[in-house]
Amino acid sequence: MAMTTTGAPGRGWLRWLVVAIPYLWLIVLFLAPFLIVLKISFSTTAIAMPPYTPALDLSAGLGALWEQIQEFTFDNYIFLTEDSLYLQSYLSSLKIAAISTFLILLVGYPIAYGMARARREWRPTLLMLVILPFWTSFLIRVYAWIGILKPEGLLNQMLLGLGVISEPLNILPSTLAVYIGIVYSYLPFMILPLYATLEKLDETLLEAAADLGCPPIQAFWKITFPLSIPGVVAGCFLVFIPAVGEFVIPDLLGGSDTLMIGKTLWAEFFSNRDWPVSSAVAVVLLAILVVPIMLFQNAQKKASE
Amino acid sequence: MAGKSLTAGKSLGPVRRAFAPWNDPAAKPFIQFQNVTKTFGDFTAVDDLSLNIYEREFFALLGPSGCGKTTLMRMIAGFEEPTSGHVMLDGQDLVGVPPYRRPTNMMFQSYALFPHMNVWDNIAFGLKQDGMAKADIATRVDEMLALVKLEKFARRKPHQLSGGQKQRVALARSLAKKPKVLLLDEPLGALDKKLREETQFELIDLQVRLGMTFVIVTHDQEEAMTVADRIALMDQGKIVQIATPGEIYEQPNSRYVADFIGDINILEGKVTSTEGGVATLDCIGTGAKVQVTQDGGAKLGDEAWFAIRPEKVSISLTPPEDPSVNAVSGEVWDIGYLGDVSIYHIRLATGATVKSTITNTTRLVSRPITWEDKVWLTWSRDGGVVLTR
Repeated sequence: MAMTTTGAPGRGWLRWLVVAIPYLWLIVLFLAPFLIVLKISFSTTAIAMPPYTPALDLSAGLGALWEQIQEFTFDNYIFLTEDSLYLQSYLSSLKIAAISTFLILLVGYPIAYGMARARREWRPTLLMLVILPFWTSFLIRVYAWIGILKPEGLLNQMLLGLGVISEPLNILPSTLAVYIGIVYSYLPFMILPLYATLEKLDETLLEAAADLGCPPIQAFWKITFPLSIPGVVAGCFLVFIPAVGEFVIPDLLGGSDTLMIGKTLWAEFFSNRDWPVSSAVAVVLLAILVVPIMLFQNAQKKASE
Repeated sequence: MAGKSLTAGKSLGPVRRAFAPWNDPAAKPFIQFQNVTKTFGDFTAVDDLSLNIYEREFFALLGPSGCGKTTLMRMIAGFEEPTSGHVMLDGQDLVGVPPYRRPTNMMFQSYALFPHMNVWDNIAFGLKQDGMAKADIATRVDEMLALVKLEKFARRKPHQLSGGQKQRVALARSLAKKPKVLLLDEPLGALDKKLREETQFELIDLQVRLGMTFVIVTHDQEEAMTVADRIALMDQGKIVQIATPGEIYEQPNSRYVADFIGDINILEGKVTSTEGGVATLDCIGTGAKVQVTQDGGAKLGDEAWFAIRPEKVSISLTPPEDPSVNAVSGEVWDIGYLGDVSIYHIRLATGATVKSTITNTTRLVSRPITWEDKVWLTWSRDGGVVLTR
């Protein structure tokens, strides 16, 4: 016991090391890159290598550094407000992410509920089946949807074969295909937290509700659902936050009319080679997402109280 | 057992008449099990069981775990349906009626309080479910809170309550709808001994005051003896004996019952005479000759068992007048001091052990009888019973 108490001499540095590792990780792999992006967002485009100025060359000495910093500008952020494309991309991303989150909840809740109510010996297998898609590359799974949704793809062939439709459906590329892709890809992130909450639910609570005169469907809304809200909240944020910045799915499945900020950012960075503006886009996206992240953390804190 | 004095007068009115509808052939049973069998796969939880419970009765289902007592109760609540047979309540067949339409309420062993609702909403849950008017709900909930003395805790969530308080909320919630039958599933199992004993008397008081029918499931024989008007002792899906606490303690019908309820000495023997309502047994293990009053259960030549409670065996350093009947001698082997009583284990010459309890009527300065003393054990003809199974 004495070895682990704070008073133990000679062991203090070990405690610090243990605490410091995650912080170091965050500083090196999150904070530093973010500061670089933030710095670039205050720069001006230049035909140079790197393609912006000032480059903040430390070799020129501190005085030169200060001069360079004085060149910083908010022009890129002002530009974002001037061109309506950016605002539209942000709003469209938030809308697509919100609708997708709702659809994923609608699909994921019954699945998680079914898993939690399945016989105990089946549950590990069902859980495995939910995780199984992760064993294949995300990119390949999205490509597979192209094979399913394209005009001569599996879905159209099946529907034509069954005589449900006479003309192939033009699902690909479209915003609908993006919804299908997002719902499919992010579904496990909804199911897992929901399952974890529902599985813990004490079934005698439902017996107690029935005993007090509550039929099963009402008992779901009065007992099961309210008690699963921490899982619903966790699942929704786990889906919503990455879905806002999603790039691969709208790029592969979306049409030219599918506006998402991830795509806009990519175009700005690689097609226009405008690093400062694309950095500003990224910083604003982060600022937008900080709001739901803080809400999420608040909800987590409340749940654990 | 002391609790029975509280329930003795429950038939109401000025005359202290014993409450015993089960002895009245005209009394209509309130809850009836008719040849009920319940199987789970290969396992028979309840085996062709018939049972009558009467209105205003405090009825205990007692038995070891897995004896089917909980299944029996869950069939009244509607959480289990009998595989065959009928469960009737107040003349109505309950089979096929879902739990949410039954006029019974249950207090769960785990209390099953809704964690997302405060005490007030937990108690109001069943009333809201019935579509009761808001003002009436408020009145009823306040009444229930007063009944269990939790007025100050109405806005607390279950996790902010102690075990005893949770137990009271669960009780209030299950009483709020004025059920025809209140089912109590090991209601006091999670409480410590002192609180449990207090609560037992509160339950008796409550049941008498409300005039309701209570059915309690318990594995604790003392609890069953304290609270119940009648006890059904179960084993392997069958009822072994139904009787009042006094009868089940003093007149067990089998070795199983005698052994389950309280402490007892059981001596194996052979019936050598049954003259004049007195059975005489020659006991094999002890060499003692036992004479015991009986009402005709044991027949001449039967193999039988003489069962006697330790408190009915007297212990003495001097031999009795007639050491040939209802007396054995031995040596003090062990003494268990429990404070109020001491349990003496007497090793007989044959190697068998007989227990005798002595009430410690004075402070223990020195024991008049102590380890390795040669002693005589005696008992009266009315002390024990003769059992044939």
